[in-house]
Amino acid sequence: MLTVVTFLPLLACAVLALLPRAVRVPDRVCSWVWIATAAADLALVIAVWVRFDPHGGLQYEQRARWMPGAGVSYHVGVDGLSLPLVAMVCVLFLAAAVHMLRETRRVRALACLFLFLQTVGVGLFVALDLILFFVFFDLSIVGMYVVIAGWGHGERARAAALKFFLYTFVGSLALLLGFIGLYLAADPHTFDLVELTRSNPLAGQGLYAGLVLLAVGAGLAVKTPTVPLHTWLPPAHTEAPAAGSAILAGVLLKMGTYGFVRIAMPLLPGSWRQYAPVFVVVGVVSVVYGALVALAQTDLKRMIAYTSVNHMGYVVLAIGAAGSLAGSDAQARSLAVTGAVVQMVSHGLLTGALFLLTGVLYDRGGTYALDAYSGLAAHTPRFAAATGVAAFASLGIPGFSGFVAEFQIFTGSLASQAAATGIALLGILLSAALFLRALRSLFLGPPRLPAGIPLSGLADLRTREAAATYPLLVLALVIGVLPRFLLDVVEPAGRSVTELVAR
Amino acid sequence: MNQNVAALLPETFLAAAAVCGLLAGSWLPRHRQWAVAALAAAACLAGIAATGHTMATGREQTVFDTTFAVDAPTNAGRLTVLTALLLVVAMSAESLRGHKRESEYYVLLLLTGTGTLVLIGADDLLTLFAGYLLASIPAYALAGFAKDAHGTEAALKYYLFGALLGTVMLAGVALLYAAAGATGYRTLRDGLPGADPALVAAGLVAVLAGLLFKAGAVPAHFWVPDVTEGAAPPVAAYVTTLPKVGALIAGYRLLHQALPGCGVDWPLLLAVLAAASMTWGNLAAFFQTDAKRLLAYSTISQIGYLLMALSVATHTDLAQRALLLYLAAYALTNLGAFAVVTALPQARSLDDYRGLAGRRPGLAAVLLVCLLGLVGTPPTGVFLGKLEIFTAAVDGGRTWLAAVAVANTVASLFYYLRWLAPVFRPGGTQRHAVTGRVTVGTAYVAGTGSLLLGLAGGAVLPLTTGPLLG
Repeated sequence: MLTVVTFLPLLACAVLALLPRAVRVPDRVCSWVWIATAAADLALVIAVWVRFDPHGGLQYEQRARWMPGAGVSYHVGVDGLSLPLVAMVCVLFLAAAVHMLRETRRVRALACLFLFLQTVGVGLFVALDLILFFVFFDLSIVGMYVVIAGWGHGERARAAALKFFLYTFVGSLALLLGFIGLYLAADPHTFDLVELTRSNPLAGQGLYAGLVLLAVGAGLAVKTPTVPLHTWLPPAHTEAPAAGSAILAGVLLKMGTYGFVRIAMPLLPGSWRQYAPVFVVVGVVSVVYGALVALAQTDLKRMIAYTSVNHMGYVVLAIGAAGSLAGSDAQARSLAVTGAVVQMVSHGLLTGALFLLTGVLYDRGGTYALDAYSGLAAHTPRFAAATGVAAFASLGIPGFSGFVAEFQIFTGSLASQAAATGIALLGILLSAALFLRALRSLFLGPPRLPAGIPLSGLADLRTREAAATYPLLVLALVIGVLPRFLLDVVEPAGRSVTELVAR
Repeated sequence: MNQNVAALLPETFLAAAAVCGLLAGSWLPRHRQWAVAALAAAACLAGIAATGHTMATGREQTVFDTTFAVDAPTNAGRLTVLTALLLVVAMSAESLRGHKRESEYYVLLLLTGTGTLVLIGADDLLTLFAGYLLASIPAYALAGFAKDAHGTEAALKYYLFGALLGTVMLAGVALLYAAAGATGYRTLRDGLPGADPALVAAGLVAVLAGLLFKAGAVPAHFWVPDVTEGAAPPVAAYVTTLPKVGALIAGYRLLHQALPGCGVDWPLLLAVLAAASMTWGNLAAFFQTDAKRLLAYSTISQIGYLLMALSVATHTDLAQRALLLYLAAYALTNLGAFAVVTALPQARSLDDYRGLAGRRPGLAAVLLVCLLGLVGTPPTGVFLGKLEIFTAAVDGGRTWLAAVAVANTVASLFYYLRWLAPVFRPGGTQRHAVTGRVTVGTAYVAGTGSLLLGLAGGAVLPLTTGPLLG
């Protein structure tokens, strides 16, 4: 089942790519194949969710021999940590497909690329083998590089894409070294996540375990990204096309944080507890620094990019707090982990929506500069409303998913890391300030557009743009108001991660 | 004494095909000389079949008074070399068609291929040196085969370097002989620990000099860029692939069989050479604008990764399979890239590749797979090789070397992307006329093979494990 979910998009991609060039496929057909595949994949994931037993641990497991000599197997499965993320990934890819319905530049190649990225995104979250995880981790970089370089905004996009590739590639290789360290420590040597979790090969190995955690942690921190390894993110986001940004923020960043919860915490519990304060500090610094720098931006897309650093900071804070046993009980720690997972889902939906909306703005005005626009609310009520909702939800207003996530993170972290949590609360205040500032500057005041674009030419959200964005916001609202359906799935998994870290 | 000639069938096939090709070439009219190419291909195929038979029936043995070992590394190396030779023959077929010395070309190719096979199995210093000569001398002629200015310069450089380091190597053989009183690896293993360490060290360094020349590793790499750029693309593909396979397996066997516990710290020497090779190759490749020259420097850096396996040869059991797997993957991937270069004779600089994806999507895809493969992107074969080599290095206690290799891998990405970026950019000149279908097909086969080797690595890995004999 999971194999089908994972490779269905790749199959569609292969069909589109391998059609002989003589067969002229109209762009519209490509777009609809793309949308249909993404929708079918989402339907499959919903079917998986319906039959999922929250207390059943890993489910839908499939394991096949791949390279037994090298300790590598094809092993997939989902539990409460990965299933919500897989669902979020599929929702986001469908939204991206709908958003790109009117794209005119090399549509067939673009559809292939996004379908390929969808396989990579889903595959990473269901992978239960370190090498399988790494394969998808690396391929996501390649795919996103091509999206940014090929469909970004001109020459600067190629530079940004190169920076993105080099930066995250360093991270992925550090990760690989860490995986090799884990592999060699296990007896018999294996890359299997489940077996490694069970045997905990690095227990009591002091420096060696610390070095492995350093390698794995650095690799994932680049991808997350946390301060100070975040500098690739703003240019990559600014130069990428809207749907590419949404996927980058919604899916690729989650690969880093998911890696912490899936790999670093259960496989290296001893060192995780030992170095938890480091993660707490990194998380808090990311929260505050990300928000402060976002506040100083004059470019809307860059600003949202920095809020991603801020939001991922909460996640890192929570998982750091989950490793601090002193002064906290198991319930608080499991609350922090649950909050971290919900935050990943929430951030994927909301930031995805924000980036798609930013794409709409660029489509109309040709620039992301905040001071080029003013008073848009009068002419584009739907666009203003959607952006407003997304921004408020993103800053953590009650009633939306962001609140549920951040509330859990703070409650779970407060007991053991009171000072850090207090400082991190500042981040909420700062992000409220920056979103309000952006909203005021864009939508209120006298109507104004970038030079050369008449006000009459300003169109509100079109149907396909609304169809791509609204569902993301509605989902965020549903999670905010009726979070049980999500929490029921995440909480048992959060508890088991907490137990694994505490052993 | 085991004198089973049947154990040497692949070598015999190549040598016999060379002799027959030379005779037939003298009598065949020019438009029928392609028969020699077919003969060469048939010899490779027969060799592959013979090797497969040896592996399937488990006839590992040493022959001729343990001067030649037929064991797991030999068989894996034979498969790699013969497959690679087959691909080189295939990619030469069209560019050489109707050339007035067509049959000589294939004869030279077969002879140097035989030499490479001898290097792989050599279990005695004298066999090793014989293999070195047989692999080198026809290759000098191949480098200058076109008789143009570039080719002649390339051949001269190649020859002078080869002659110098060959002499040094022979001196090294003499020194080791003086130290242990024998040239067979088994006797050396027993004799060297008691000998004067300075003598052993000098002999070893001298013998390694010759092997490093064949492999094109720092500091014996100066010929690589000039020969690769000056020679015809198929010859360039040959000199950057096959001799490396031969030299590295020969080096592995020498170090593992003859020099464990000899008191010389050769693992450190090789680790330093590995680091130097990968770093130097990468730095020099950064701003190359000529595609072949870029590939030449990239092969120097690849040798660095391969030498990592040699430096931990006696420290971990993982070294052997890492080396053999990486060699096979590297050979396929590198040949794939060179096949694309051969298929597009008019494209020389990186800019000439602009717009290739629009006009020749198949070749662009092969280039994408092969160049990203050389970086080590999963799921290609080289990724699996790199994974194994890094694992072996960490397991062998050389984590710093693995870290250097990781840094170099990232750096190498930069120049491979410099080539790939124009390929996928629209526009550009119309320099994309292809040589012919066979060459393009060879590129497809090599690219697919390099990808499959990664995906089906599980099936290949068992072929690389097995004890060294002798």
